Amino acid sequence: MDILTIRDLRVKVGNKVILDRINLNLKAGESYIMFGPNGSGKSTLINSIIGNPLYEVDSGKILFMGKNITNWSVDERSKLGISIGFQHPPEIMGIKLSDLLKLCLEKTSRDEFTEKEKKLIEAFKLTEFLDREVNVGFSGGERKRAEILQMLFLRPKLLLLDEPDSGVDVESLKLIASKLQQYIEETGSSALIVTHKGDILEYVKSKYACVLLEGKTHCFVDPKRVYETIKKSGYEKCVACEVRVTEGW
Amino acid sequence: MGQKKALTEVPHKILEEAYKGGIDPNEETRSGTLLHVDQATIYSKVNAFFEGKIEIMDTKDALQRYSWLNEYRWRLIKKDKDEFTKKVAKDFSGGYFIRILPGAEVIFPLQSCLMITRENLEQRVHNIIIAEEGSKAHIISSCVQHSKVKSASHLGISEFYVKKNAMLNFTMIHNWSEETLVRPRSAALINDGGEFVSNYICLNPVKDVQMYPVAYCNGEDSKVNFNSILYGHKNASLDIGSKAVLNGKKSKAEMVTRAIARKGAKIIARGLIEGNNSESKGHLECRGLIIDDESFIQSIPELIARRKGVEITHEAAVGKISETEILYLMTRRLTQEQAISTIIRGFMDVDIMGLPNSLSKEVNQIVDLVAQSN
Repeated sequence: MDILTIRDLRVKVGNKVILDRINLNLKAGESYIMFGPNGSGKSTLINSIIGNPLYEVDSGKILFMGKNITNWSVDERSKLGISIGFQHPPEIMGIKLSDLLKLCLEKTSRDEFTEKEKKLIEAFKLTEFLDREVNVGFSGGERKRAEILQMLFLRPKLLLLDEPDSGVDVESLKLIASKLQQYIEETGSSALIVTHKGDILEYVKSKYACVLLEGKTHCFVDPKRVYETIKKSGYEKCVACEVRVTEGW
Repeated sequence: MGQKKALTEVPHKILEEAYKGGIDPNEETRSGTLLHVDQATIYSKVNAFFEGKIEIMDTKDALQRYSWLNEYRWRLIKKDKDEFTKKVAKDFSGGYFIRILPGAEVIFPLQSCLMITRENLEQRVHNIIIAEEGSKAHIISSCVQHSKVKSASHLGISEFYVKKNAMLNFTMIHNWSEETLVRPRSAALINDGGEFVSNYICLNPVKDVQMYPVAYCNGEDSKVNFNSILYGHKNASLDIGSKAVLNGKKSKAEMVTRAIARKGAKIIARGLIEGNNSESKGHLECRGLIIDDESFIQSIPELIARRKGVEITHEAAVGKISETEILYLMTRRLTQEQAISTIIRGFMDVDIMGLPNSLSKEVNQIVDLVAQSN
């Protein structure tokens, strides 16, 4: 079954068209890697899927488990099972990480974490951050770990990860990627991971990749092959390539 | 209402209102309690465990008992400062006298409550608080209006004396109603090594509050902190300032204000730090959140230096709630409304007040109640 279907999506920010004629099908239980240089529209795609009102869907449809969610609000989509790990999550003063994690777990701030939850927090090396304000003074790796932990606590059906491997130390990347992989395998959920580096491929199992260039998708082939080509020839060659497979997955 | 021997004799409805302002009716976790209703103190008691460490009684009783107290009364605030001080000087109904005896370290907070239960009453009180040498204490004081009363006014004089190496943390919670005029007039004198923390929390709608407490850090190494959480809504007018006069060598002042204005509220947050000694330091911080176009926030920081080594800084930021933060919380399943109230609640950060854990929890619960009801 397809968990996410995107049909002829065209997205604008202000008057500028950022994405055009995007078509994607994501199956349940699979991870998908989307490569693309900075400014190619990767974050726009992720933001359109979560329903960020700054990104206007000009035409096309987004279907989640068969439901047309194109006009749904951010929280409605989130409640349906779509979760995002932001590339640059904001600092939220006055709100403690523990309270945010409890929100994700649908607990009140007075509820305690279970032993299992405490262990996961410890595994993410965030126990000492529980009383700190969300992301305030966190390093890149700490922010990413906090993002992924929140996602796991939300227990989503679709995980959207915006550059999980940027600004992260190798150890944190290994940790978050392996926990993600474990979650996907255990729950049969899906992930769409956008990246311009591909470091995460070492830890996340994926059979599917594509390249987003100038607002359009191309090259639906094996992730390692795409990554090797990009590493060898760079995105410039990718742009110049005449073989542009525009449909896939 | 006559004098009560135990808090259990106080009518339930009054206790209920006092509870909303942080008064613990079972007194077990308090070192002393005073309850002043309308024009009289109806209850004052020192917890037996703290006998000989603290005194808490009506100011009029204290003036009768201690002739020396006249030297403390009207010493920091001039009787003819304004029309409100003149009124209190002319006639007042009492107030609280709190004294922490030399060297006493009081683990449990003292509590006092000034309540108005009669329509159109003008409550006039004079409070005197003395932290003797080397003492340490926390006081939670609430000014409450009974919910059936619509209109009233409260004129309160408070004089604080923080003596050598004493530490006094004073938290005032205001719980007024939409038609009430409030004019507190407060001043503090801090001696060598003394530390005074003055916390102010105003959460419920009030017609008009204007106050500008001043702390004179006259002692060497004396220190003052003014922290305020102001939640203005429903056309409330809050003009809240604080002033620190740093006369002592190495004296310090810190001021932190969090102001939220919504539904036509007008908030002016003032702060003045005056450095009169070459090694004095001060920092002033004001953050304001404006929720709608009908409201207004103005931050007025003033820094004065009279010696070349003075170091005083300030930072201020006033603006709307960040859309990015709202969106972020909505991706964590909160509705837009829930996200906004969560951010506002987080903004009213009680941690700025340096309260002990148990008291901090209680104050947080009070803020939670208000946040939920709005």
